[in-house]
Amino acid sequence: MFTNNPFAALGDLLPPLVMQVYIVLMIVLVAAGTLFDIVHKGSAKYFFDHWRKSKSKGPQQVGGGELLSLAVKTGLVDVLASGEFCNARRRVAHLLTMYGFLLYVISTAVMVFGYSTASIWPQLWWLGGLMICLGGYWFWFFIRADVAAEGNSPFRVMHADLFILSLLGSVTLGLIWAFLQTSASSGASVFFGLYVIATTLLFASVPWSKFAHMFFKPAAAFEKRVSYANGTRSNLPGPADKPEQFGSARTAPRHY
Amino acid sequence: MPTFVYMTRCDGCGHCVDICPSDIMHIDKTYRRAYNIEPNMCWECYSCVKACPQNAIDVRGYADFAPLGHSVRVLREEAKATISWRLKFRDGREKNFVSPIRTTPWGSIKGPAEYEAPRPEDFAKQELAHEPEALKISGGLPALRPEQLKRGVA
Repeated sequence: MFTNNPFAALGDLLPPLVMQVYIVLMIVLVAAGTLFDIVHKGSAKYFFDHWRKSKSKGPQQVGGGELLSLAVKTGLVDVLASGEFCNARRRVAHLLTMYGFLLYVISTAVMVFGYSTASIWPQLWWLGGLMICLGGYWFWFFIRADVAAEGNSPFRVMHADLFILSLLGSVTLGLIWAFLQTSASSGASVFFGLYVIATTLLFASVPWSKFAHMFFKPAAAFEKRVSYANGTRSNLPGPADKPEQFGSARTAPRHY
Repeated sequence: MPTFVYMTRCDGCGHCVDICPSDIMHIDKTYRRAYNIEPNMCWECYSCVKACPQNAIDVRGYADFAPLGHSVRVLREEAKATISWRLKFRDGREKNFVSPIRTTPWGSIKGPAEYEAPRPEDFAKQELAHEPEALKISGGLPALRPEQLKRGVA
């Protein structure tokens, strides 16, 4: 089950070209949705206005070398290690989901375009899918703020859930389809249909979901690092000139 | 001055929701980020501003006495036990303040429930619960002696 390309077995039902066109279409939807999101909200305009203002008011000039170093730090700490999270559980859940998503998407593309029969890609596809499920369901049922901090039911669905629910739906249905297909179950084609619907929803709903956060969050993290380097610090006070002596007593928010 | 949240800084951790005494910091249903649902009802205690680990919450004055262009930001450093304020006025002036917020380690102060329950006779005393021990004043609370009072009062 874990070593067979699940898309290769679809050859009788769907020609590889159809699957390849579908993936290209999803990439186009993500690009178009992100651009629409940026233009509609004016987030890029706000971002660059803020950037220019911060640059002109900063008491220190940040050179090209330092900018590059800040970009590398942003990439290594804030993006690859999800360093902006203050809650360790959320950070672990995000890392699982993020790296799971990367493995899942890349292995899907390789299996569909390369029609690879190497066993490593199906294994990575399963591993990525299971990582997304682990991180995503952990976040959904236990960690997200409206459940953990506001005391709402984990089954209450709202607009903000569009991304995580369509992602979890796509991956869960995909894994169930692959499992049923391996066991030659008759329900496989039903779950394949549901898998395609959930995946289309995930990529087509970019303008209305938080899918685009994977593009604008790194930009915001970089801008934050630059504002600290040039002295504006987003107008925050500088660190107090006192020794650290008491540690932290911060506990996880449990409002209800 | 009521509070507001920078959505790009907030990571939706819920600390402000947890601490707000007016219960007006909530999680936005579209973006799952915190926001002040009712600035008019803000007590302006700034608990959320100080508690935010991302420094994503700021304060904005009412337009009639705090013209646009000002900035009031706060940094709470737990390990240093300090609160720092940076006030920027619209004309460019700036004021910075640093205040200590405690002199003992976090968690070292006993909560009310950790003290013994008061006995019935304690309710007749002038001291409040757990006084004078809790005040740590050696020899007890200072009290006026009859000869210190004005003639005719005692």
